[in-house]
Amino acid sequence: MEKPDNRDIKVEVKHLTKYFGKLHVLDDVSFNIKKGEFLCVVGPTGCGKTTFLNVLTKIYEATSGELRIDGELADPKRHNLACVFQEPSAFPWLTVEENLRFGLEIKKLPKQEIKERVEQMIQLLGLEKFRSTYPDQLSVSSAQRIIIGRAFAMKPDLLLMDEPYGQMDIKLRYYLEDEVLRLWREIGTTVVFITHNIEEAVYLSERCLILTNKPAAIKEIVVNDLPYPRDITGKEFIDLRKHITEQIKWW
Amino acid sequence: MGKDRLNKQGAKVRLRISGLSKSYDVKNGILKAVDNINFEVYDNEFLVILGPGQCGKSVLLNMIAGLEEPTTGTIELDGKKINGSDPRIGMVFQKIALMPWKTVMQNTEIGPKFRGINKRTRREKAQMYIDLVGLNGFEDSYPSQLSGGMKQRVGIARAYANDPEILLMDEPFGALDAQTRYAMEEEVAKIWQKEKRTIIFVTNNIEEACYLGDRIILFSESPARIKELYVDDLPKPRDIVSQKFLELRTIISENTDLAI
Repeated sequence: MEKPDNRDIKVEVKHLTKYFGKLHVLDDVSFNIKKGEFLCVVGPTGCGKTTFLNVLTKIYEATSGELRIDGELADPKRHNLACVFQEPSAFPWLTVEENLRFGLEIKKLPKQEIKERVEQMIQLLGLEKFRSTYPDQLSVSSAQRIIIGRAFAMKPDLLLMDEPYGQMDIKLRYYLEDEVLRLWREIGTTVVFITHNIEEAVYLSERCLILTNKPAAIKEIVVNDLPYPRDITGKEFIDLRKHITEQIKWW
Repeated sequence: MGKDRLNKQGAKVRLRISGLSKSYDVKNGILKAVDNINFEVYDNEFLVILGPGQCGKSVLLNMIAGLEEPTTGTIELDGKKINGSDPRIGMVFQKIALMPWKTVMQNTEIGPKFRGINKRTRREKAQMYIDLVGLNGFEDSYPSQLSGGMKQRVGIARAYANDPEILLMDEPFGALDAQTRYAMEEEVAKIWQKEKRTIIFVTNNIEEACYLGDRIILFSESPARIKELYVDDLPKPRDIVSQKFLELRTIISENTDLAI
């Protein structure tokens, strides 16, 4: 049974549409995201999920429609939009600690605040021993965790994650998914997490946005109020997984 | 279902791997990639070799394909030692390496062409396998016009067209997204049902191993050693959310190390 969600609305997406020339990629997408919500976005391969994310982060301008954060039109200069992509993007010339500090220094936060946030992140990620290590001395998954840590440390208005765990094996995925949930809970960030992996979406999401095939429109928004941490063998988990898979299955 | 304690009685052994090792000379000594591997492959079974990334499983497969020479140990096909590449063993790679200037048909028939088989025969054969992998209608397409999954299917058709008795598949779906991967796993399972071959399939994906394999050999981290052998006798096609499937997946997952 759906419990009422009394959190404030953080992000409003209104009639977002995107054409690349004649190619219609996003079709009148409208939805709200609550403050501190963990929203997953799934859809069939090639449906436009990445374009959707790029429009949300203003990397691309929408053809029409608007994005509002805290009621105001989203403005990269005023609002903090952080992004984590699938490709590892830790700066190779900075240590773990320096990577974590990077975004905070760009935003010119006070030194003490930066120090506290970086410390918190190092503890949350268990990277104490690796402060002064360089990303290429770590595994790919750990380098990715630094980026995720860096993004969360910025306490962004909206954190977008585009398949950050890509092709990692199950054991690693579960570990990283538990970690991202821990970061999310600790910092209270509003997260939009895009994934191809339905099991991951059901494990992580409070709600799951299902996109149609191109041009991407919202097919359904599935509410997932299973208690965390979720049991991937549980009946309700499996039912949700089956339902979402049915909705997007093209194979 | 579970650990494989017995050799299958009466099952014909096609391939026997004995004491197989591979070491490389490196700057400061010797790097052992594969360490004393022993196992058998039965006729028409779908054998999965499962191991973490960079553990040496591709090196093992390369030795079976004759692309690399073992440092020690032997490989026997139907009771006779093989040395180097054998036409009875075909391979599908992850980096598909289709020739971009050749069509799907031309890529598929390339093996028989090199073996001097006449055009009509080899076209018929190639067509059969193009149909088998579901690419009917795409014979004249070029690789650049195909999706990742479709290119991989050409790779499979190409390997089949050489009539291999043993088909090696080296993480063929590693580069595909989760959904396309499911699609291709279902395809391969269907193809194998229709045209049974002895298949050795390498992957680092536990779910994929459980979905496809009749037996699953779990490898350790580098250097590659056999950790465990599992029998997967769930009825096919398998349901990846059934309790038994999830159980097997969990058993295997608990036996792997977290590579953080």
